[in-house]
Amino acid sequence: MKPIRLMVLTALLASVPASWAQTKPSTAAKPAAAAPAPAAAPQLQAAGSELLFVSRQMGVPVEGRFKKFDAQLSFDPKKPEAGRVAFTIDLGSASLGAPEFDAELGKAAWFDSKRLPQASFQSSAIKALGGGKFEVSGKLSLKGQTRDLSVPISLSQAGGITTANGSFVLKRLEFKIGDGEWADTSMVANEVQVKFKLLFSGVAAL
Amino acid sequence: MALHWLLALLIIATFGFGVYMADLPFSPSRLKLYSWHKWAGVTILLLSTLRLLWRLSHRPPADAPMPAWQARAAHATHLLLYVLFFAVPLAGWAYSSAAGFPIVWFGVLPLPDFVPVDKALADTLKETHKLLAFAMAGLVLMHIAAALKHQLIDRDGLLLRMMPARR
Repeated sequence: MKPIRLMVLTALLASVPASWAQTKPSTAAKPAAAAPAPAAAPQLQAAGSELLFVSRQMGVPVEGRFKKFDAQLSFDPKKPEAGRVAFTIDLGSASLGAPEFDAELGKAAWFDSKRLPQASFQSSAIKALGGGKFEVSGKLSLKGQTRDLSVPISLSQAGGITTANGSFVLKRLEFKIGDGEWADTSMVANEVQVKFKLLFSGVAAL
Repeated sequence: MALHWLLALLIIATFGFGVYMADLPFSPSRLKLYSWHKWAGVTILLLSTLRLLWRLSHRPPADAPMPAWQARAAHATHLLLYVLFFAVPLAGWAYSSAAGFPIVWFGVLPLPDFVPVDKALADTLKETHKLLAFAMAGLVLMHIAAALKHQLIDRDGLLLRMMPARR
């Protein structure tokens, strides 16, 4: 073909790998392996991921969510035991959908989020249960308390995105959430259902 | 007749709770009062349905002798009260749903939400519920005043119509 067309075509082709090197916008810190290669390390996709909690107030289910959280994942589905996941949650981002309640959540009796703004989870073991299901065990640190936590997670993959779904029951009093006058479990139940849906890119095929 | 007094008690108490609790700071006590208020409201709705069914299936006593305008005022007041006995709790129920707090009757029976969760709608319904409740309170006061007028001033024994039948 004509030289000019060849040059334009080459320039177009050369720009494609450069665009692959753009990491997707996310709240995660870039892992070391964010090289311009298609198989990047797993990254949390903040848009589409959600972390919800449902408490029961005198029988009424009240749903809240954390709007800001981050996950660092190193995971090969073929070797799940070698996987690691670290989770951090901005407790100040907790929202029940009404400003009055959100302001309450930040107070010392609840999350005390000005003083202790972050909760974190660090995994110590990941076990494959078969059929895309895994059990992640580790420690949850929340409001100055650390407790063991084991969460069943199911993974599904579509279009390069791996979705991790899971839920567990958290006993709020173990972490002194809803303390003092709010420790009465007939007002707010002790058991809080935590549900999450996390989207990750860059996870190898299951 | 029993329903009349039972409902009168419940409505006055529930209204009182409502007025008191609305300005409380956020606390477990307020949560408790709100729950009781809602449970009472739903109970009033249920009992009012029974009351209405009774009223529709039983002929009330004939009007006591009184000027025509008083009879008309009485009938109008009673009609409006019946309407409000349903409108007030229904508005409250919708307000609770729109605010994202479904009602779980006495903490055990979840009630359906007839409206979506919507802040703007919740704000409107809150004002509606308040307005209707105060309108009802005004009518209740008039109703009580009129009944007392008949009993104490006219001395026409009107109050006896709402008492247990004499043996």
